Amino acid sequence: MTDLLNLARQAVLTPSGLQDGDIEKIMNCLLSASVDDADIYFQSSHSESWVMEGGIIKEGSHSIEQGAGVRAVSGEKTGFAYSDRIELPVLLEAAGNVKAIVRHGQQAQMGMIKTAKWPRYYPIVNPLPSLATLQKIDLLKTVDSETRKLDPRIEEVIVSLSGTYENILVANQDGSLSADVRPLVRMNVSVIVEENGRREQGSMGGGGRSDYNYFTEQERALNYGKEAVRQALVNLEAGEAPAGNMTVVLGPGWPGILLHEAIGHGLEGDFNRKGTSAFSGRVGERVASDLCTVVDDGTLPGRRGSLSIDDEGTPTEQTILIENGILKGYMQDKLNARLMGVKSTGNGRRESYAHLPMPRMTNTYMLPGQHDPEEIIKSVKKGLYAKNFAGGQVDITSGKFVFSASEAYLIEDGKITRPVKGATLIGNGPDVLTKVSMVGNDLELDSGVGTCGKDGQSVPVGVGQPTLKIDGLTVGGTSV
Amino acid sequence: MQNQEQINQLKNTVQDLLDEAKKQGATAAEAGLSQDNGLSVSVRLGEVETLEYHCDQGLGVTVYFGQRKGSASTTDLSLASIKETVSAACSIARFTSEDSFSGLPEQQLLATEFPDLELYHPWDVNADKAIALATECEDAARSFHPEISNSEGASVNSHQGIRVMGNSLGFLQGYAATRHSLSCSVLAQRGDSMQRDYWYSVARNALHLESAVSIGNKAAERTLRRLEGRSLSTRQCPVLYCAETASGLLGSFIGAISGGNLYRKSSFLLDALGTQVFPEFVRIHEQPHLKAALGSAAYDGEGVATKPRDIVTGGILQGYVLGTYSARKLGMQSTGNAGGVHNLTIDPGTLDFDGMLKELNTGLLVTELMGQGVNMVTGDYSRGAAGFWVENGQIQYPVEEITIAGNLKDMLKNIVAIGNDVDYRGNIRTGSILVEQLSIAGE
Repeated sequence: MTDLLNLARQAVLTPSGLQDGDIEKIMNCLLSASVDDADIYFQSSHSESWVMEGGIIKEGSHSIEQGAGVRAVSGEKTGFAYSDRIELPVLLEAAGNVKAIVRHGQQAQMGMIKTAKWPRYYPIVNPLPSLATLQKIDLLKTVDSETRKLDPRIEEVIVSLSGTYENILVANQDGSLSADVRPLVRMNVSVIVEENGRREQGSMGGGGRSDYNYFTEQERALNYGKEAVRQALVNLEAGEAPAGNMTVVLGPGWPGILLHEAIGHGLEGDFNRKGTSAFSGRVGERVASDLCTVVDDGTLPGRRGSLSIDDEGTPTEQTILIENGILKGYMQDKLNARLMGVKSTGNGRRESYAHLPMPRMTNTYMLPGQHDPEEIIKSVKKGLYAKNFAGGQVDITSGKFVFSASEAYLIEDGKITRPVKGATLIGNGPDVLTKVSMVGNDLELDSGVGTCGKDGQSVPVGVGQPTLKIDGLTVGGTSV
Repeated sequence: MQNQEQINQLKNTVQDLLDEAKKQGATAAEAGLSQDNGLSVSVRLGEVETLEYHCDQGLGVTVYFGQRKGSASTTDLSLASIKETVSAACSIARFTSEDSFSGLPEQQLLATEFPDLELYHPWDVNADKAIALATECEDAARSFHPEISNSEGASVNSHQGIRVMGNSLGFLQGYAATRHSLSCSVLAQRGDSMQRDYWYSVARNALHLESAVSIGNKAAERTLRRLEGRSLSTRQCPVLYCAETASGLLGSFIGAISGGNLYRKSSFLLDALGTQVFPEFVRIHEQPHLKAALGSAAYDGEGVATKPRDIVTGGILQGYVLGTYSARKLGMQSTGNAGGVHNLTIDPGTLDFDGMLKELNTGLLVTELMGQGVNMVTGDYSRGAAGFWVENGQIQYPVEEITIAGNLKDMLKNIVAIGNDVDYRGNIRTGSILVEQLSIAGE
């Protein structure tokens, strides 16, 4: 762990010559007012991306982002300033501005710098040099040419590869200094197919907290291409989607964004502390059928949404949100946990040093149930089977959420019959899981593509679920 | 003027970047730099919630070695970092492919006139003043009606920044701009029904902001009217998009005529140039040189001169939205839209909002859309919606948990009327838009 801390110190502090003693000086400036919480967040992030399109390596880019954010919290008040210059005078000035949020109070001193131990869920690795540039180019070219060979109807293939190497260091007022090294890689293949003048698209990707070798293992990269083509060809055959309220069966894996939108956001601590969520004040109540157990888990090894510690230095955990249909608790950061009299669940996340942390999801998924997925389809007389989704959104106050299917089929008399065009599904968060009547035994996590937006901040997340049957959800097709 | 000094300083840095690129062997280069700072405060339930000081900077460089290209960016503006960033871009350009369409814009398209667009209006607002203003705004909302039960707060934001860009064709320009906003979001409760809505004002000049009380009142009014919303039965009916949601409809149209989607053939408006896309009465144009407007610019993201122009006249598509690269891919010329459109305006009709409701007669008024259900390739459209059911031109009751669906190609053609209730708060200026018929899915 000391190695990790030294590595982060080297990446984040050494280039600007900052020492532990300087961190104490900045913290002590913050602590000259009476604060409940104070932290300094240092970040250094190196990323790159490559795009192959039209059969050529079209774009490449490299970026470096670094800076520090200084925060003081008193009661419900937060003062915050940041700078891309990690320099003592700049950060002292920031600290001076920030503590103005607290007008009076007692002076305190930062505790002795100490380091804690916690488990790690991904390797300490810089993904950027994990493949030589020529190997990255070869990977893109191979995926491009192998994907193009799959079907004569393919018109265009776009393959992208990106990686980030991030080092963070969080100093808290009690003297604790926590560090994390966070690799993240992502690859995507999208295709356009054409037949008789009709054009459709398909897209598939994945990734995680790993290095680029992830994509060559188990032929993942080539499989993304196959899957993108399969989806696009299905959409070529798709007819009008039905409109109205009907039984919907959701496939396993990525359709778990249902949980993220319908349940997850509404269970974030800030909304519930403020009483603005449709789930506010409902701990202990039934919010789902007893088949449903939903967790948020930052500890899954190597997942895109995983974190060893959150952005406030709290180790992540598996948090049970809903157990057998009963609401168990919320996802918390430090501020909201303190105000609600509970412990942080390690969900305090921020997009970067230039943003304030807030309660955010990590990997949110539903535990598997009893049913064979085929049995679930068989049980539906007429309905929709939604296999892939594009994205979603929720109004946490009214509870209304949407998510858009990108691959869907009609179910007629217990059989999947024909593909229908993508359509938006809309429902009410606090109701939807009460209508879950069957849960499959086929839990899958998504392939590592999720990005969640809240208050203008984006963070990588994961979702997952087994096959689910929902007795009644509104499907927004055109066929009335 | 202090600004001019800072702009000159940043111009020198951009020139250093371009020189360094040349030194490292690039045959052409383009560089940009920005510095922004600002203040945000939010007040919730009468107490300060957050006080944030923003300070951002960044530079980006794109280098060309013949027809091969590489890009790099950083938040560190030091001399050492400039060298590293240029060298990162150059090393990328060694691996990208020859692309005969890549490169800087044609010299003759670069902007040569730089009128003062009056984009810089600093606001002498400090934390205390901003807190007072936000408090006034939130108070107005909270005291508006007893059913206003909770608040997400009111915020004041004030930002100013400088942008400088240059390229190896000798273009080197910069300008300062400001952006200020005031917003408020509150909740209302009646029985089991809890709703939230908001209102905001944004402007280059703080004097142009709507008053704090008016914003608070509107936020409260908009929240209250949503209480006890119900779903609709599945049906087909005409749909009136309020001005805020109508701008999204035009945004999808712009997406479909943007170069990137056209040359990738992922647009539902391929080869639509010169054809009837809207009904005859529709004119859509760009006004890039409006004084103090949010979308104004003398040149685009590549230095190409922006020009006032018609995109749609008499319902017929007159031009695409192109940057240099996509223009070359299509065998055309840049339209000065690298980075997007500038104050896109659809000519308003004669009816105000009430007149538009009467024109709708019986149908759905959409005031909020949710989700991403727009397929650019096919034009298939299916989105979550909330709004009001209207009969005989009168609002009857709030509606929620429904979807509206159709195909954008048909929807654009089936526009029946455009209101004069224009929303000026964005880069797309439109009144409410009435569309003949869409599919509604509900209970």
